[in-house]
Formats: sequence, structure tokens, C-alpha cells
Amino acid sequence: MRAQLYRSLYRIRRLEEEVARVYATDKIKSPVHLSIGQEAVSVGVCAALRPQDVVFGTYRGHALYLAKGGDLNAMVAELYGKATGCTKGKGGSMHLIDPEAGVMGMSAVVGTTIANAAGYAYALKHRRPDAVVVSFFGDGATEEGVFAETLNFAVLKQLPVLFVCENNGYAIHTPQIRRQGKADICARAEAAGVPSARLNGNDVVGLARRTEEALAEVRTGGGPWFFEVATYRWREHVGPGEDYQLGYRAAAECGPWVAADPVRRLGDALPAGERTGIEAEVETEIAAAFAFAEASPFPDSAELMTDIFKEEFDVLTAAQR
Amino acid sequence: MSSPQLSDRHAGAALGIRPGSAPAAERTLSFVDAVREAADQEMARDPAVLVFGLDVDDPKAIQGTCRGLLEKYGPERVFGTPLSEDAMTGAAIGMALAGLRPIHVHIRMDFLLLAMNQLVNVAAKSRYMYGGRVNIPLVVRSMIGKSWGQGAQHSQGLHSLFMHVPGIKVVAPSTPYDAKGCLAAAVRDDNPVLYVEHRLLHFQKGPVPEASYTVTPGKARVTAVGEDVTLVGISYMQVECLRAAKYLESVGVKAEVIDPIWLSPLDIDTIAESVERTGRLLVVDTAWLNCGAAAEIVAQVAERLQGVRDLRLKRMGFAPTTCPTTPGLEDLFYPNARTIAAAARDLVEERACGWLPAERPDLQSIVFKGPF
Ligand SMILES: Cc1ncc(C[n+]2csc(CCOP(=O)(O)OP(=O)(O)O)c2C)c(N)n1
Ligand SMILES: [Mg+2]
Repeated sequence: MRAQLYRSLYRIRRLEEEVARVYATDKIKSPVHLSIGQEAVSVGVCAALRPQDVVFGTYRGHALYLAKGGDLNAMVAELYGKATGCTKGKGGSMHLIDPEAGVMGMSAVVGTTIANAAGYAYALKHRRPDAVVVSFFGDGATEEGVFAETLNFAVLKQLPVLFVCENNGYAIHTPQIRRQGKADICARAEAAGVPSARLNGNDVVGLARRTEEALAEVRTGGGPWFFEVATYRWREHVGPGEDYQLGYRAAAECGPWVAADPVRRLGDALPAGERTGIEAEVETEIAAAFAFAEASPFPDSAELMTDIFKEEFDVLTAAQR
Repeated sequence: MSSPQLSDRHAGAALGIRPGSAPAAERTLSFVDAVREAADQEMARDPAVLVFGLDVDDPKAIQGTCRGLLEKYGPERVFGTPLSEDAMTGAAIGMALAGLRPIHVHIRMDFLLLAMNQLVNVAAKSRYMYGGRVNIPLVVRSMIGKSWGQGAQHSQGLHSLFMHVPGIKVVAPSTPYDAKGCLAAAVRDDNPVLYVEHRLLHFQKGPVPEASYTVTPGKARVTAVGEDVTLVGISYMQVECLRAAKYLESVGVKAEVIDPIWLSPLDIDTIAESVERTGRLLVVDTAWLNCGAAAEIVAQVAERLQGVRDLRLKRMGFAPTTCPTTPGLEDLFYPNARTIAAAARDLVEERACGWLPAERPDLQSIVFKGPF
């Protein structure tokens, strides 16, 4: 279990560090919202998910995509805008999807996928009761009307959905206390009738356990659950670098989060041989993914006008039935 | 304070189109600073004016367009909002009803879709449905994004949705001069005004008088004079049309270029007068064509001039698909100076010339580098 969690954490961290490194070459012409520092939220929650479970996320979705089993090569190729990307170069970093892995999409417009997740859960409840949905979003998203409206609907219909609010304390450069009159997001979930818990986003093992427990209820018709997970974005809101020079937050604020970095802590806790083995395998895999992206072709110009409508019966439709 | 004569001269000079027309001593400002200065001067002039929206008070101050306003006018008149476009738009309307004059800022036009009910059902309709007993002096600033993979949900040009609705004005200035004058006009207007900015225009520089002035609603501007074809460029496409006119010069085609500036009310007189002379109209928009601003302009010109003279009409804009992120496809999604010039020449010669001018370094588009 710990080894698996470490592999997933390390893989996401290293992948995003590589994205940040390559970014300077302008080969990735996509606005990247890195999850560095927040990986454990996706990894911990997804550790308790089954392959048939489904997740929805946001533009800050690299970690979620990988943690849920999204294809690594297709993701890197997507960032490069290549035809082999998970959306053929059409959606970019902010719209990753891998339906086969249960990654059902990410929106660049804050809050929108919260409701999509509830709708998916409604369908699952009636058609595939062995699966649940997890909706990931930020603290800022809870200020949109769609958050309150979706909570109400999820309770009303007792939907199999877990809401995971990744509270990194900021929406772009504005702290939560300057946006929320009462900075208690759990209280709002509770007020809607959704049981909630405030969790530590650096405790990957604890997150996995708490998700397992909550989902035990969600899976058996108990209705929705809500997690507010405290975490911290180490880098700038969008882009590869740091942003402490902007002055909206002190560099020292990050200190405790770096000190509690679950990637390092979990790695340190593993037997040395096991750790280096995992790291070597992950490095090889990541290098291969970037090589794959580099070698892949850009989409043919005819692709501009495909996928606007689905025109005829195809395999995808069959799978959705 | 309105000075239309000044404005004609300045607008051309801003794009370097009429050499020598800008007096040397004139002050040059970026589009960003022109927007900021207009907001500043309006706030100084009228204590009822306030500026709010997501991130207007953050370190980047909306590309700098709100820089310094918080320090000067304080947090009651300049504040960042929660992520609540719908409620904040409704609140802006409430403020306007109570006598304030809000400028509500959105860093992307795409986010207006969350505020559609308040804008269309309330802001645009209140004066009429309450029998003229109330006004909604509200300005909504919003930006159209482009390039660096901003893609599907951060690159839309949705101005025509609002042109469709009576009761809300729409303005899309393309020069720093008009940016300042139109924002001042919008703030002083007693009606809701959607103020459209294009991210690439933010980099434009041009002459901007220091004193406050307005650019009159519903008045277009001829930005280059010619007799062979009329090019109407909306928002950022005005810049590309002026470049296209330069390419066309090299093949002996003289294009008249018009900047509508205000899309609603639309100055169809100025456009139709030009087309009556040239007989050819190409409207280029930074949006889709179906039911769009270009369709409206072409339709109004056709209605006006059918039977009056023979016409050749064409529209250019986004490809009828979602904006892709990969650069190769994205290039095909947008018109540019060269493709505009090619289409205009085909219109003039009434055949497919198969001509695409070689790119001239002095007429290159800005390449926007991210991350955003
Ligand atoms: C509806 C909407 N409003 C505004 C934005 C601009 N925006 C992009 S990300 C962001 C901050 C969101 O903060 P949060 O939900 O906490 O997520 P985080 O970025 O911290 O992961 C904002 C305001 C947007 N994309 N969509
Ligand atoms: Mg946040």
C-alpha cells in the first residue's frame, strides 16, 4: 500500500517537475496549473477508488488524471499539442480526459464540473450501482452558485458522489478570508445536509482511509459526502515557476508544507532499496512519455473540423449506452 | 469634452497607418494604461463610480488595467469579489439602481456566461419593463483571450450574444485612444454597456490625450481610405485589417478600412456609405460567423444597398468549431492579415486569385506567450 502510494506521488511530482523544466523551451504551449504540493489529495482519495469509479476535476488536473490511472503518454503528448494526446491536441492541459480510466473531464471555468459529477452520479445510481463519482474542485469554486445548488440536488436525490474541495487557501492571488465571509466550507456542506470532514492534505494514508470509510456509506445508498482537504500550492497559480515575488503570500508560508511534504516523507519511510527501485522505474516511464510526445506528430489540419458533432454510430456511443 | 475630430486623427496614428498624422509631441500610452486612466479619471470625476470584479485588487490588477486604483480610491470603491459572477452581476445591478455606477470586470468574456440571466433578463430589460422609471448605469468589462492553448473556454468572442438583446450597448475599441474614450463614455452612459477588450490589443500603443474625453456611442470611424473594397474589422481584427490593407497595396488594391467601435448601437450609415462607393464588403470578426456581428453588418448593408448597386459581400471570423489548443490548428482557426488580404483581393477581382502574400516582418501579428 505505502509503496503504491509512494509510486503514485513520486510519479506525479516528477512528471510536473519535468513539465516545468521543459516549459522554458516553449514546447508546451498550454497554460499549466501545476499541482506540485497538492498531489497527496488526488493520490490519497483515488487510492480508495475502483477502476469503474469516476472522477471529475478542474484545470489543475494533472495529479488527478494520473492518480486515477489516466494514460501518461497521452497526457504529455496533449501538453505538447500532439495528435497522440488524450484530446488529440484539442483541449490542452486544462481539459484532460481518459474515459477508460474513469477520468471524465476537467473544466477551465471554475465550478462547472461539480454539477456534471452529480449528474453522472445520478446516472450511476440507476444504471451502475457498483460505482461512485468523486468531484474535485478548489476552495474558490465553493463561492459559485453551482456549488450550493449541486449540494442540494445531491442530498435530495441521495447521490453516490463524494465532493472533494482542495483548499489550498487561495484563488489565484486572493486568500480565502478575503473572499468568504465565513471561511468554513464544511459548515456549508453540512447546512445542505451533506456529512463532511476537514482533512489534512499531506496525510496521504489517512486520506485513503477516510475516503474508504466515507465511500462505504456512499456506495451503499447513504448519499453524498463532502471533504474539505487542507493543502498548499507551492508554485504560481498558472505557469512553471514560483510567485512569492508577487507579494500576495510570504515565502515562509510554504515552509511547513514543504517540511511535511508527503512525497519525501513517504519515500523516507520506505526501505532504501524499494524506494530507489520505484524511483528508477518512474524516471524511465516519464522519460519515455516525453520521448513519445516529442516523437509524435502534430494533428493533421483536417482535425480542426472533426469532433464538432458526432455524426454516426461509433464505438464511443456504444460504450456510453 | 467629446472631441470626434481629435479621435479620427488619433485612431489612425495609433496603428501607424497614416504616417505623419500624429504630432510628435503627443503622449503615447498603451491600451492597458488607457483603460486604467479612463477608470481613474471617471472615479475622480464622479464618486458614484466604483470598480469591482475577481482579482481587480490582486498584484496583477487585471493585466495592469486596475493598477493603482485601490490605493487611490480605497477598498469601498475598488474591491475583489468572490468567485460568484451571477450574484455579483445581480449585485452590480442593485448598486446601479441605487445610484452607483459600477464597472464590473471579468478577465475573460467566457465567464459572462455565468451572468447571462442578470445581464439579459434584468440589466437590459429593467428600464423598459419598469416603464422608464429606472436606469441601469452599469459597465461590464470583459476580455477575449487568444493563443498559448487558452482553448475552448478562454478564447470565445461572445459580443454578438449581447448585440442580439435590446437594452444593452456593446463596444469593442481597438486603439488606446478609443479604449479611453469609450470607457469614459460607457461609464457616463445611463444604460448597461458591455465593454469588450481583446488580450492582444492590450499590447497596442498609441497617442492618448491626457485630458478626459469620450468617444461617442454609435459612431464608427474610417481608419484608412480606399475605393476598391471596404474592410470592417471588429476589435482585434481591426488591427489585422489595417495590416491586410498594407498587403493589398502591394497588389494595387486600395482598401477602405472601418472600425465600427460600437457594435450596439451600430453605425451602419458610415459602413453603407463606404460600400456604396466600393461595392465590396468584407467584415472580419474575432468571433464565429453564424448569427454574429459580421452577419448583422453584412445583412444591414445588403438591406440598405440592394437594388441601389451591385454588391460583393463576405465575412471572416473563427472557423465554425471550438478553439483548439495545439498551435497548428489554432492558426487555422483565426483569420489573419494575410488571409484577409487574400479574401479581399478575391472579392475585388471576382475570382479565386490563389494569392497569399508572403509574410512581411513589419506586418506580423503579436505572438502571445503564456502561461496565460
Ligand atoms: C467562472 C470562473 N470565474 C473565474 C475564473 C478565473 N479563475 C481561474 S482559476 C481561479 C481560481 C480558482 O480558485 P480555486 O477554486 O481555489 O482553485 P485553485 O486554482 O486554487 O486550484 C479563477 C478565479 C474562471 N476560470 N472561471
Ligand atoms: Mg484554491
